[in-house]
Amino acid sequence: MNHFTPVPSLLGGILIGIAVSLLLLTHGRVAGISGVYGGLFRRGAKDRDVRFAFVAGLVFAGLVVRVFSPAAFATSWSATLPLALVAGVVVGLGTQLGGGCTSGHGVCGVSRFSTRSIVATITFMGTGGLTVYVVRHVFGAGQ
Amino acid sequence: MTRSHVAAFAAGALFAVGLAISGMTSPSKVVGFLDVTGAWDASLAFVMMGAVGVHAIARRIVLRRRAPLFDARFHLPTRDSLDAPLIAGAALFGVGWGLGGFCPGPAIVSAGSGEIGALVFVIGMTIGVVLEHTASRMARRMLLPES
Repeated sequence: MNHFTPVPSLLGGILIGIAVSLLLLTHGRVAGISGVYGGLFRRGAKDRDVRFAFVAGLVFAGLVVRVFSPAAFATSWSATLPLALVAGVVVGLGTQLGGGCTSGHGVCGVSRFSTRSIVATITFMGTGGLTVYVVRHVFGAGQ
Repeated sequence: MTRSHVAAFAAGALFAVGLAISGMTSPSKVVGFLDVTGAWDASLAFVMMGAVGVHAIARRIVLRRRAPLFDARFHLPTRDSLDAPLIAGAALFGVGWGLGGFCPGPAIVSAGSGEIGALVFVIGMTIGVVLEHTASRMARRMLLPES
């Protein structure tokens, strides 16, 4: 059971919006995490250093947040390790095939009213909701 | 280490703090958002509102510049037609998001914080990324044997 937290969620969203705008200002890039991360593994990518710096910022901030606010990672439910691995593989495949995730399509793409991104966002929210419905209410797991 | 690297690092760190404050790094919060027919927690809709609200305006101001600070030009997606890989990829991504409770950003941040589940998820995600790149390279080679 979760509490409804519109204010922190809105504030966090605003910070994400600022971060995405910052990367556009400094590097002219769309801060889609799956795109930035995926590019680290693409052959012949010339901008690996910038991608690496961005991902290092994500990881470093994760460590810092853990020290000052461990509650940020608190969860009443988490996938078992084999399920986490499978979910990760599916997310890796899907985001590269579909060219984006919640940040690239959901934030950056929607912000510029891209048809592709709006359709992608509706699609992944739809299948995400459907998956949770099947897992929780058909199989009764993960409550 | 250049100013360009520091800027990218700062953007990544700020992004991560936003994710943590917003609740995106908590898988139960994410699943609670996707569980529309259960005890629906609509909080994460506010994350998108905040992020899109800021970026929709800020990007217009940024794009008035001729070029970004540390690059010769802006690298923005130009394609805007729908195709099967987009839909199939997004559909797959949603399934993995619902199963694991993580999308790529929060997974990397949580893995950085030392969460074992997130670390395993990121390992899986990396395998998926490499698999897709390999498969699409092979598909291109079969379609364009001359290149």
